[in-house]
Amino acid sequence: MAAEQNPILEEHIASDYKYGFVSDIDTEFAPLGLNEDIVRFISDKKNEPEWMLEYRLKAYRYWLTLEEPKHWAHLDYPKIDFQAISYYAAPKKKATVGSLDEVDPELLKTFEKLGISLEEQKRLVGVESKIAVDAVIDSVSVKTTFKEVLAEKGIIFCSFSEAVQDHPELVRQYMGSVVPYTDNYYAALNSAVFSDGSFCYIPKGVRCPMELSTYFRINSAGTGQFERTLIIADEGAYVSYLEGCTAPQRDENQLHAAVVEIIAQRDGEVKYSTVQNWYPGDKEGKGGIYNFVTKRGICIGANSKISWTQVETGSAITWKYPSVILKGDNSVGEFYSVAVTNNMQQADTGTKMIHLGRNTRSTIISKGISAGFSNNSYRGLVRIAKGAKNARNFSQCDSLLMGDKCGAHTFPYIEINDKTGIVEHEATTSKIGEDQIFYCNQRGIDTEKAIGLIVNGYCREVLNQLPMEFAVEAQKLLSVSLEGSVG
Amino acid sequence: MISINNLHASVEGKEILRGLNLEVKPGEVHAIMGPNGSGKSTLASVLAGREDYEVTQGTVSFNGKDLLDLSPEDRAREGLFLAFQYPVEIPGVSNINFLKTAINAIREYKGEGPMEAKDFLALVKEKQKLVELDGKLAGRSVNEGFSGGEKKRNEIFQMAMLEPKLAILDETDSGLDIDALRIVANGVNKLRSPERSFIVVTHYQRLLDYIVPDVVHVLWNGRIVKSGPKELALELEEKGYDWIKAEANTVEA
Ligand SMILES: Nc1ncnc2c1ncn2[C@@H]1O[C@H](COP(=O)(O)OP(=O)(O)O)[C@@H](O)[C@H]1O
Ligand SMILES: [Mg+2]
Repeated sequence: MAAEQNPILEEHIASDYKYGFVSDIDTEFAPLGLNEDIVRFISDKKNEPEWMLEYRLKAYRYWLTLEEPKHWAHLDYPKIDFQAISYYAAPKKKATVGSLDEVDPELLKTFEKLGISLEEQKRLVGVESKIAVDAVIDSVSVKTTFKEVLAEKGIIFCSFSEAVQDHPELVRQYMGSVVPYTDNYYAALNSAVFSDGSFCYIPKGVRCPMELSTYFRINSAGTGQFERTLIIADEGAYVSYLEGCTAPQRDENQLHAAVVEIIAQRDGEVKYSTVQNWYPGDKEGKGGIYNFVTKRGICIGANSKISWTQVETGSAITWKYPSVILKGDNSVGEFYSVAVTNNMQQADTGTKMIHLGRNTRSTIISKGISAGFSNNSYRGLVRIAKGAKNARNFSQCDSLLMGDKCGAHTFPYIEINDKTGIVEHEATTSKIGEDQIFYCNQRGIDTEKAIGLIVNGYCREVLNQLPMEFAVEAQKLLSVSLEGSVG
Repeated sequence: MISINNLHASVEGKEILRGLNLEVKPGEVHAIMGPNGSGKSTLASVLAGREDYEVTQGTVSFNGKDLLDLSPEDRAREGLFLAFQYPVEIPGVSNINFLKTAINAIREYKGEGPMEAKDFLALVKEKQKLVELDGKLAGRSVNEGFSGGEKKRNEIFQMAMLEPKLAILDETDSGLDIDALRIVANGVNKLRSPERSFIVVTHYQRLLDYIVPDVVHVLWNGRIVKSGPKELALELEEKGYDWIKAEANTVEA
């Protein structure tokens, strides 16, 4: 690869991130900093029951006892000042609304610009391709679509705040059951100050008739986003859930510390897909989102299945290990990941597959792509517990390097405590070939398009897992994220 | 079609082409033969615009345009096609998707909109027949897991799809059994037209039994040292290259 940058490609870099705009929305903030009063303030804003406040306070007090983790991940960033962040920011108009007429038009415009329609009829392209959306801006959910249609089937899809009010028994039963607040530093922080997120419950035997999705948008400066998502597939239920996210282009770093919990009961299945496109910072590494997320699912019942698919292109720093605890016999866990880092981005991502039940199976397909001066690490754990008879794992971790200033690292941890377990691990590192690019050029395809093609081909196994609408979006995003990465 | 004048090119500081002249008119087929390492693939790479090759002297005019001034993709869009000696694999990218991207990029260059899906599929069907390419190959990733012969046939399939003005075939015949050779040659012959020219690089005269050239050139030491009618190929097959090298040395001395 030629060392110097192609000047034409260079031009594209500045305009890479097309979601970098800020909307002028009248917003209410919590005072800067974090203390018990702030936790109470958030809980009070949301009119929460006492048990919820208690949970938050316990988490907060636990968090105070912890040190900010820094050393084990392959990441490098300055200490975060947790007192310089506002932990609550909400559009001033009525938070959740029944009809679109009540939504701040500026908000509607924001989501429209992001390509997310909150108008139900607009999405009625055909019954099959309907998607229900929960739109979360800063700390609150502004609108959930198709609620009524879903309710007819007994499906609950609403903001987390609403679930606390309307379905406290489900929230109390499941919240923290997969990711307890004691899990890690950011899970504790999230449990104390989480503001909103999505809740879905699919009752026994119901196949959710449409994709459910949450769109997270950070808008305000000086805030963090701490959302919680809880997805439950009861016995024999199925749901496919999508998550998307963006943030404005700013010089400061913003913190996003989410918790996602998934529960699959006997014969239940949850397919969770994310396209993470938080603002990654500029070319010099200024600004961008710190994305410190705890995502975990548990296959509680026999024959249940949880599948994570992620396309990670954004954020200055990503720290994220969507995991599956395979408790039920014959349960299945899957992790399909594409992580792209360019310029100064850093990603440390992977998964944990914890095999507890018999005949449990897990598959890990990870595709890392590093360009510019970025660092991309895969970190994964496969643990087969004693008594998890005939557990199987297959892992494949591939790294693709573009240029010679970036880094790719693989940290696979394997613990096998049962003799009948079988774990297969394959890893490759390759460079995007000049030969491949020239071959494309010779067929009339310019270098930028060629890289898009080659990279999308390299990620195809993972992209194939995404629902149709998302796959197209993800393909475009991959190409855009790598613009200017080869000269 | 193409007019190459006193072309000098080096790779890694080593001069490989040393004053090469060649003129190909529309509709003509020129064969280039020559011993291994004489610079045949280098010539093909230089014409296609590979960046490791530095042109130090000379000019190339392609349908009135300064070829050396164009980017590799623009050369392709202007109608120059290279069937690679060693076609590259692109895992995960289907042949179909690859060709669609290529065709639409070329169309965009000409100010045309993308090709309709149904027209594209019809074109694929028609051209597949031309090179007797299995429909399944078209759906598979570009050259991934293809046998040597399949890769070469796929190059000719791509050529048929892109309908270039000038096609350079770099040892498309090597590694082909006699049936595959016939198929490839048939494909090329069907694409011959008064507007389209070919430069066929080969080691063996047997290909020229099928693709009958208008002129045969011998490339040696970075220069065309002998040109003649198609019978020259037979003579080379019989006598080898030594007599030509000797002749060339005398001229040089
Ligand atoms: N990329 C390269 N780097 C170094 N030397 C090269 C390169 N490509 C070709 N050469 C050299 O140039 C000469 C001509 O090679 P080539 O054009 O491949 O010959 P041919 O195709 O006629 O067999 C050979 O000596 C070869 O070693
Ligand atoms: Mg050669």
